[in-house]
Amino acid sequence: MAAPKTIFEKIWEAHEVVKRDDGQSLLYVDRHILHDGSFHAFGMLRDSSRTVRQPDQTFGTPDHYASTTERTLSEMTDLEAREKVELLAANANEFGIHHFGLEDIRMGIVHVIGPELGITQPGILLCCGDSHTSTHGAMGCISFGIGASEASHVLATQSIWQRKPKLMRVTVTGQLGFGVTGKDVALALIAQESAACGVGYAIEYAGPCISQLDIEGRLTLSNMTIEAGSRIGLIAPDDKTIKFLEGSEFAPKGRKWELAVEAWKDLPTEEGAEFDKEVILNGSTIAPMITWGTSPQHAIRITEPIPDPEAEPDNEKREAMKRALTYTGLEPGQLMTDVSVDRVFIGSCTNSRIQDLRLAAEVVKGQKVKVWSMISPGSGKIRQQAEAEGLDRIFTDAGFDWRHSGCSMCVGLNGDLLNKGERSASTSNRNFEGRQGPETRTHLVSPAMAAAAAVTGKFTDVRTLMERR
Amino acid sequence: MEAFTSLTAIAIPFDQVDVDTDQIIPARFLRKHRSDPDYASFLFNNARYNDDGSEKEDFILNQEKYRHGQIIIADENWGCGSSREAAVYALLANGIRAVIAPSFGDIHYNNGMKNGMLPVRLPIIDCNTLRKQIHEVPGSRVAINLLDQVVVGPEGTNYSFDIDPLHKHCMVNGLDDISLTLEHEEALGAYEKKRQIEAPWLY
Repeated sequence: MAAPKTIFEKIWEAHEVVKRDDGQSLLYVDRHILHDGSFHAFGMLRDSSRTVRQPDQTFGTPDHYASTTERTLSEMTDLEAREKVELLAANANEFGIHHFGLEDIRMGIVHVIGPELGITQPGILLCCGDSHTSTHGAMGCISFGIGASEASHVLATQSIWQRKPKLMRVTVTGQLGFGVTGKDVALALIAQESAACGVGYAIEYAGPCISQLDIEGRLTLSNMTIEAGSRIGLIAPDDKTIKFLEGSEFAPKGRKWELAVEAWKDLPTEEGAEFDKEVILNGSTIAPMITWGTSPQHAIRITEPIPDPEAEPDNEKREAMKRALTYTGLEPGQLMTDVSVDRVFIGSCTNSRIQDLRLAAEVVKGQKVKVWSMISPGSGKIRQQAEAEGLDRIFTDAGFDWRHSGCSMCVGLNGDLLNKGERSASTSNRNFEGRQGPETRTHLVSPAMAAAAAVTGKFTDVRTLMERR
Repeated sequence: MEAFTSLTAIAIPFDQVDVDTDQIIPARFLRKHRSDPDYASFLFNNARYNDDGSEKEDFILNQEKYRHGQIIIADENWGCGSSREAAVYALLANGIRAVIAPSFGDIHYNNGMKNGMLPVRLPIIDCNTLRKQIHEVPGSRVAINLLDQVVVGPEGTNYSFDIDPLHKHCMVNGLDDISLTLEHEEALGAYEKKRQIEAPWLY
């Protein structure tokens, strides 16, 4: 009998076109997504007089530079940003790839629209020139971020050279409590294991808490896999995955859908399959999380005090903690619930899906924001769905700025930034120094926790707000 | 890309873990073209310059002894975070041709390989030793011989390192791997035919 296989091995082996003796494999790329920051890749392709091998398997949408206040090109006042959006449209037109432009309802953040439109499917191999491409793994596929040169290679050859990574299984045991989301699971994992624990590994998430998560929560968890150092974060497809995809524009239809579903059922890791590393995370003990420093591993439960660097035995980690506290202007022992915020951002490829907006709206309903707060839905379709559900009214009545879709204040390429020295509660993925603008301080939280900060003006345990109602 | 075979150059000790690509090149510069005459100044811009554009004296790249350094000796998880290849472009624009570290962000590592900026993995203890020796004698030189896969420290100690043969081949010859891949055109074509039969729902 053949040795039991992991989902990762099954998908990897199904995509090996060439296997070199030295361990490098040429992998076939079923789907390739590009965005308005991909101009280097198209430039390289053109410079080498090459073309796109499979335009029908290639998709593009503007997100990094997309304005969240205007929805037509002519209204975009940031001309350099507009040039990037126009450049993607021109490249898409020249090479004949699928393109959802700024004014298309299907436009959105690449890692939101991939699963939403059924471009992302179980069992495929997907690449995109963005580190958060790990997101798509939640649909049961191998998906990883690549650089511009690699993207150019994928455009030209529909394939990519890779060495097989080691495999780590993260089993999240127990049951997630009230107010605990995929975001909190991700931050709890990185806090427990470090921001570099996944370097060189592909991660498979498993266990009862993963089954418990809805698809949106799983996408958030896989999205944050890169913050644990791993490019790949897989979750085996189940009925929730299939239901999520059914009927979406690029998902298979009719007989092909039946064949696909049948094949997807064979994907999950088999009993007894071996992993290079096993990590256990107790889901029952996870609380809403928040970061206090400048690395996603600087995360604590909202109820815990900020740790003391002096208690850290590792010299370099201790120095990094001290540097982080100096940067964020916080003290060891301080409670984050005593810290006020200047701005709140709900959005990004991590937390901008319909379920994220619903959870935030539940907290915001009937309240008023105490600080400037904005919300940017992950796609045009999500914005439309939220408006159909009346969520936009809940947010605007509370004083939120209800924006269009884009990467927005997660990375600030479109000009959505904090002012110097400001502190944010943000549903994005990186609290790096200067991520939201020079000398700005980012604290990563779930959408419900961000909403709680918006209506109280300080970091707040969302559970205390909700229990009171 | 420019080939890399060997290099002896001033080494810069960078004593910080988890140096992310947002620090290496802040996002606001990603919209700039590589041909921008100011490209070199984008590298570590937040840490390197004051608001008025003057240099922050204590930042390592601004110190006279390290100004012409071409090899960075880093700490764990160098280049983590964003996939931005511009981080490599900014390093190259400053003449940095190699980074030696215990571990790298996987995407940044590959981006270096594709652009003639050699990432070298050495054990953490060796990286710590090298940084310490350089701090003791700023301006010290380190040699990297890619053909022999050896780093030679300022005190003459040899450290051998591993690199994928495919990466080495491309780096030593300054090759872009697309032409190499296209040598497998037959296999690619055959795979595509097979894939359409085995997973028809993808087409």
